Amino acid sequence: MEKILEVKNLSTAFATDSDLITVLDGVSFDLIKGKTLGIVGESGCGKSVTSLSIMRLLPRPAGRITGGEVLYRGTDLTKISLGEMHKIRGNKIAMIFQEPMTALNPVQKIGDQLGESFRLHFPNMNDDEVRAQSLNMLESVGISDIRRRLREYPHQLSGGIRQRVMIAIALACKPDILIADEPTTALDVTIQAQILKLIKDLQKENGMSVMFITHDLGVIAEICDDVVVMYTGHVVEKGSVNDIFENPKHPYTKGLLESIPRLEHPRKTKLKIIEGMVPDLLNLPSGCRFGNRCPYIVDECKQKVPVLEKVLDAHYSKCLKHASFMKENV
Amino acid sequence: MKEYILEVDNLTKHFPINGGVLLRKVGDVHALNGVTFKVKKGETLGVVGESGCGKSTLGKTLLRLHRPTSGSAKFLSKDLFSIEGKELREMRKDIQMIFQDPYESLNARHSVRSILHEPFEIHKIGDYEFRESEAKRLLNRVGLPPSALDRFSFEFSGGQRQRIGIARAIALNPKLVVCDEPVSALDVSVQSQVLNLMLELQQEMDLTYIFIAHDLAVVRHISDNIAVMYLGNIVEYTDADTIYEKPRHPYTKALISAIPVPDPRFKGVKQVLEGDIPSPRRLPTGCHFHTRCPIATDKCRKESPILRDATGTSEQTHLVSCHYI
Repeated sequence: MEKILEVKNLSTAFATDSDLITVLDGVSFDLIKGKTLGIVGESGCGKSVTSLSIMRLLPRPAGRITGGEVLYRGTDLTKISLGEMHKIRGNKIAMIFQEPMTALNPVQKIGDQLGESFRLHFPNMNDDEVRAQSLNMLESVGISDIRRRLREYPHQLSGGIRQRVMIAIALACKPDILIADEPTTALDVTIQAQILKLIKDLQKENGMSVMFITHDLGVIAEICDDVVVMYTGHVVEKGSVNDIFENPKHPYTKGLLESIPRLEHPRKTKLKIIEGMVPDLLNLPSGCRFGNRCPYIVDECKQKVPVLEKVLDAHYSKCLKHASFMKENV
Repeated sequence: MKEYILEVDNLTKHFPINGGVLLRKVGDVHALNGVTFKVKKGETLGVVGESGCGKSTLGKTLLRLHRPTSGSAKFLSKDLFSIEGKELREMRKDIQMIFQDPYESLNARHSVRSILHEPFEIHKIGDYEFRESEAKRLLNRVGLPPSALDRFSFEFSGGQRQRIGIARAIALNPKLVVCDEPVSALDVSVQSQVLNLMLELQQEMDLTYIFIAHDLAVVRHISDNIAVMYLGNIVEYTDADTIYEKPRHPYTKALISAIPVPDPRFKGVKQVLEGDIPSPRRLPTGCHFHTRCPIATDKCRKESPILRDATGTSEQTHLVSCHYI
């Protein structure tokens, strides 16, 4: 159980004209070598900002890391120089994005974009080697007709092939960690199934660790070993995928799991819902941040800010009532 | 037996592609290739399929936002595509639409008041007081406070905007509402709120929905019958339970097995389809699905199958378009 990435108490803020908005507030989790960690939450919960903070790709000058550490093999990525970060980014830790059309350069051929990774991180490679390696990568992500693809531009490819190209670029340098930020959200289900299978297969071959960010609990259940649930910049629950799905210990996780329509539910019946909506980060409720939507709220929740407490071995919940809230509702 | 509110027969829509210096027609996008179905009053027909299958074109054609290339549709026994003038205006009241993107489908320069007054103004219904009280009633019905009237759409969250879009769609007491991916832009916790609202409204107002979406679990939840589309054709049509429990068409089977199941202990066999959807500009010969079908034969490459009943019983309709079922 070697931890390849440890995020400790990470806080990130964005500056606006008048305020500094804390978007990540003391986020901690570990990524285990060779495993897949899922980060799940709704819009604005900070899941993408977490990945951008780890990669030091926050929009400048507004975004900044205000505290905490990101330890990659013992090195704190938040403290090293940009030059050192360049050597890690794309080489040791790579990232794929949601929308391959905006993440790929529209005026560069696939071959040039793929070759860039090799040229940047292995300056000694000559053109023939770069080309051979590029073809290799395209083949490994299951693209056919690879010689022609190298000469094509992103707009000539379908969504699924574009995402495969992105994965090929990300994996070009055989990274230790792949951060995938909603990589299948823009794709059709049959293509999503192809891409998920590809990521799983490549992980088996290379033994890399994957951090998978998504809002789709089905995708989490399918490919993750561990799960971190985020809400308004906090980690509200984390644990193994089985613990989270079978025995959620935070009312938000429980609400999310109950509100998705499932194939075994009776049709045309009312779905369970989480009342209200995610609060504005500038106008958070006092005490527990989920308090205004929580069906189990007690007075204590409005006064005391909960901390992430251990429930079981590796299962944590940020709920004052985690021990009792499930029982009341059986 | 409930009456059929909508009967669509052999609906075809081809979009011309113009190219070259003289912008001559160089080809067609075959968006709909002979779609036939019926919907009963008060029921929901779910239309599922992947990008480019023609499901949005179908919705827009039914609203007469596109003119069909051929085929006909009867709405309450009237020919939907030939009526004009006064009859058309009346019909427009009865068929409304809820759009996918609540960010783009509401005019950001209009207050919620003017968005909700507009349907009444266009159809010259009531005076200002009447419209104002209707607008308040509609907001209340979709779960928004009356104070929302003076605000603009950008002041609301995605879920609230979709509620405004729904209020606008039901303002004139429509009979048929075409919903084009109404919840796919929303977060999980908000999605279930909006689905519940749509189910309540359907019961209260006896609405008929055509619910277009790519999320099969959502479509199954809200639909009575489901049509699965692939490249402009319906490939399978039956009631919502049967299609998930006993899918017959190889495409439907693959589509259902591709849905990620929110249960980590689920160990179903994934049937991953190879390749991409072919371009609707150059449709494959024979069965359009043969390029990705695991059981395709020479016959599939040559002859196109017709949509026919797969059960042979009269109490249940299960239409499948495949040579091998």
